Amino acid sequence: MITMRDFFTGRLVPVLTILAAIVVIWYGAAVALNAPVLRDFEKRAGEQTQGMEFILKTWSQPKPTMPAPHQVAAAFWKYTVGVKLSSNRSLIYHSWVTLSATLLGFAMGTALGVVIAISIVHVPALDKSLLPWIITSQTVPILAVAPMIIVLLAAIGVTGLLPKALISTYLSFFPVAVGMVKGLRSPDILHMDLMRTYSASRSQVLWKLRIPASVPFFFASIKVAIAASLIGAIVGELPTGAVAGIGSKLLAGSYYSQTIDIFAALIAGSICAILLVTLVDITGRFVERRMGVKP
Amino acid sequence: MSTMPVISARNLDLVFQTGDGSVQALSDITLDIEKGEFVSLIGPSGCGKTTLLRVIADLEKPTAGSITVNGTTPENARLDGAYGYVFQQAALFPWRTIADNVALPLEIMGLGAEEKASRIKRNLDLVNLTGFEKKFPWQLSGGMQQRASIARALAVEPDMLLMDEPFGALDEIVRDHLNEELLKLWATTKKTVVFVTHSIPEAVYLSTRIVVMSPRPGRIHEIIDCDLGDDRPLDIRETPEFLRIAHQVRDGLREGHSDEA
Repeated sequence: MITMRDFFTGRLVPVLTILAAIVVIWYGAAVALNAPVLRDFEKRAGEQTQGMEFILKTWSQPKPTMPAPHQVAAAFWKYTVGVKLSSNRSLIYHSWVTLSATLLGFAMGTALGVVIAISIVHVPALDKSLLPWIITSQTVPILAVAPMIIVLLAAIGVTGLLPKALISTYLSFFPVAVGMVKGLRSPDILHMDLMRTYSASRSQVLWKLRIPASVPFFFASIKVAIAASLIGAIVGELPTGAVAGIGSKLLAGSYYSQTIDIFAALIAGSICAILLVTLVDITGRFVERRMGVKP
Repeated sequence: MSTMPVISARNLDLVFQTGDGSVQALSDITLDIEKGEFVSLIGPSGCGKTTLLRVIADLEKPTAGSITVNGTTPENARLDGAYGYVFQQAALFPWRTIADNVALPLEIMGLGAEEKASRIKRNLDLVNLTGFEKKFPWQLSGGMQQRASIARALAVEPDMLLMDEPFGALDEIVRDHLNEELLKLWATTKKTVVFVTHSIPEAVYLSTRIVVMSPRPGRIHEIIDCDLGDDRPLDIRETPEFLRIAHQVRDGLREGHSDEA
């Protein structure tokens, strides 16, 4: 992830070098992957192109196996800047649909994770009984569970934003729960003893010691959780044949072999992820500063 | 007229169960501490001096014997806010400013805003930290942090201060200075102080009585009166009387050690 500070600390050059390498490999891969189909096509048409001409052709197929970077860039530009926001083809519109499910799911997942963590820390029995189930829940392949959740909820009349958000919740509560259990247990014994000398109640210990001490753990957790939420929302859009959202664009693209559109949608998804993680990062830094963390 | 001792321990035993057997941390401790005394617990590590302080504070439970604090159980005394405890480290909350750290016990006690503000001001003043209210702990030196933690303990306005090697981590100069301030504080407030240390000069300089402890098992070896009077400038440490008591403490510590050889 690139932030403003990187421009000054010199991380930009290495990052750009890697980016350049990726683009070069990508162009190479486009040639290699599109060549067989193109050869086949030319053989049937009775044509024969060679050398640079052939390579350029592999980079400009309308439905390539592997679209070239500039094709993806052009499509991305067209579907973001080139169309109206309200248009069904606007990636910004679709991103917003996915983001709203992501944020709702993330909010619910974070709340659930925190509640679970607080319960586990305060009820020793839950530590042994609940935690294994929480871990088990994440071993279930979400791609298999998501259609069932969507279909089941649709059967009882719940459609739209909520089912997708619930899949986000399912993925995002886990890192928050695990991270917050650790965070709420992070106060050192000295501070716990201090609270005991004041005869502080459990809720006072929670609010005045455990929760403030867990803040760094909280932000580390929700950084993972928000990325997981986005994946959850996109996965949630796949099985329904949803009419909107990045997931639906990916699905439509694969129905009609619109590989360029698929890649453009992927780029949109990545940008959403970067925005969300950066937002969490900035919020985390702001809160830490307010809490007097040594700069 | 005899008054009841503030702390009265009778035949205290404390055995810790650890992974490889049990450790006798305290053995047959019998000790009375009167109101307004400044009592130091001194001894090598493992002699149970901190453990004894923690029993008084109800941070540990004795396995045998009896103890009363303010005529009641240590637990009731703790619930009554009988003491302020100062730890070896300042143990300030890093996310709270100095003023908010001092406010912590007051918030837990549920004091009103006005009372809280006046206690914060008064006690920070007492430890010479006026002007540092808005600083965070990391912005203060170790000595200042420890002073803030003393202000925090005093803000509860307890009759008794329990101090566990509060100046152990500080350098000699800061330590001398804080010893002087602590003595002044004790002289003006007449609180009962139980003070754990492993420094002989510190114990002799501060105390009215010195409890010499010895290790394995932790027990009281000797109790030495230290009647240097109320007025104790730092250079009292050069006087023959001071050196005599210091010598006595050192002999006590040495004997305590030789027991086990």
